[in-house]
Amino acid sequence: MTSTDNPRERSRRMEPPVSPASAPFWEATKERRLLVQWCLDCDKSVFYPREICPGCLGTNLDWREASGDGTLYSFTVNHLSPDPTGAEGPFAIALVELTEGPRMMTNVVGLPLDELEVGMELRVTWDELADGRHYPMFEPRGGPK
Amino acid sequence: MSTTNIRGAAAIVGVADDASPTGALELSGRALEAAMIEQALDDAGLTIADVDGVCHTGSSMMLAEYLGVHPRFTESTMTGGSSFEVHVEHAAAAIAAGLADVVISVYASTPRGDRARAGAGGGPDGRRPPPFGGGPNPQLEWEVPSGIRMPMGAYALAATRHMALYGTTPEQLAQIAVSTRQWATMNPKARYQDPITIDDVLSSPMQTSPLHLLDCCLVTDGAGAFVMTSAERAKSLAKPPAYVLGVGTCHDHAMISQMPELSTTAGTISGPAAFGMAGIKPSDVDLLMGYDSFTITALLHLEDLGFCEKGEGGPFAADGKLGPGGSFPMNTNGGGLSYTHPGMYGMFLLVEAVKQLRGECGQRQLADPNIAVAHGSGGALSCMSTVVLGTEATLS
Repeated sequence: MTSTDNPRERSRRMEPPVSPASAPFWEATKERRLLVQWCLDCDKSVFYPREICPGCLGTNLDWREASGDGTLYSFTVNHLSPDPTGAEGPFAIALVELTEGPRMMTNVVGLPLDELEVGMELRVTWDELADGRHYPMFEPRGGPK
Repeated sequence: MSTTNIRGAAAIVGVADDASPTGALELSGRALEAAMIEQALDDAGLTIADVDGVCHTGSSMMLAEYLGVHPRFTESTMTGGSSFEVHVEHAAAAIAAGLADVVISVYASTPRGDRARAGAGGGPDGRRPPPFGGGPNPQLEWEVPSGIRMPMGAYALAATRHMALYGTTPEQLAQIAVSTRQWATMNPKARYQDPITIDDVLSSPMQTSPLHLLDCCLVTDGAGAFVMTSAERAKSLAKPPAYVLGVGTCHDHAMISQMPELSTTAGTISGPAAFGMAGIKPSDVDLLMGYDSFTITALLHLEDLGFCEKGEGGPFAADGKLGPGGSFPMNTNGGGLSYTHPGMYGMFLLVEAVKQLRGECGQRQLADPNIAVAHGSGGALSCMSTVVLGTEATLS
């Protein structure tokens, strides 16, 4: 789903600030690419991005392109705050576990809220930010319902 | 009186520092702290995997999360220039008492480098040092943009996860609010003293699912204090002492999105540590004062401290045993859910535990309790700290 598929004009989301360690992650989102930081010594993902690997403290870190696939680890439907995508009504905040390991806080879109289920398969979709970056969100693996 | 002798019980075994003739360092913030920690560990012939105690003058939770450490000794004393001497003192006491084996403390400050980086367009203004690792607080970058309402959103995520894994129901969570309110009816200082039903909880407005308004703690004014002295001196004072029989602490994340498993807290470390030190089993506990920022918070304590099996907290609470007349009294002051919650509620757990052990609780007084547990939860289910208190009878 691209931003032009959305009924809204643009996101109302708070734009995530960029830390030095995470700059490559956000830069890649300009092309709708999802990167995962990787510790080459431990051979495992690092998230959130850091200057060092949590666990070994090594700096032998690199970036890998993620598949964009993940599963729903947990979620909550927020009835109090405005939907950051600009839509009306309650919206879903989720922890999504990427196939590559990281667990991200994000939004799940593209399905009725009462069909959310822990463990369901998801894929990345993008919310366009004003500065050209995109915020990674998730939708059902087979596409919006 | 039995004491642990600190003298000769601990030593500094690794050190590192860095500075430059230019007056400026290239690294800053967390990256610089991590480099110092690695060098000091290297100096000692240890690795980060050996570390089980973390000291920092800011947030020891944020530092530990960044490093990937789950410390069981945590120390954020901030006394300006003397902070690190105080960290040595506290760490020595902790090591002597068996609360930690390898403790790190670190400091990094780079005012010159920060000014240069800000001048190059790297900071929000020309003077203020960046708040975190040369960049923004990770919560602003990785959680807040989702639109989550904190803190309740964090606990809602834990509750959803617990329900999915173990079949916990909204009704079972609601019963915790109902039982706690029953206690509050006997606390004349409680914010809410009218009984409520499970239906009241479930029909209160949904905040962020699955948490209803009455699953959430109050926001009230509140204040408290305690005084400690030696067991020897305590005997000659005005009130019956509540002896500290055991303590244990652990944090395994700072932000909820970094929690290893949202249905299990670090209480699985702090609880057994405190109970082991006290020489008690969960079945010896007469009163649990378990931090109840939300109904799910209290439910997780019941499981993680071993009062029931993992996943059984819902059925455990569902029969009302946590309330007056029940077999396992919890939060007899009415808790954060109904008595008071000024933001950091842990003080009130200790005050009620002591008053119950003394027999000062009036209508809600338990029959001759000897062992009370105050179990605090800080951050977003991040830092669990368990204190076992006992009457004089528990000393023999």
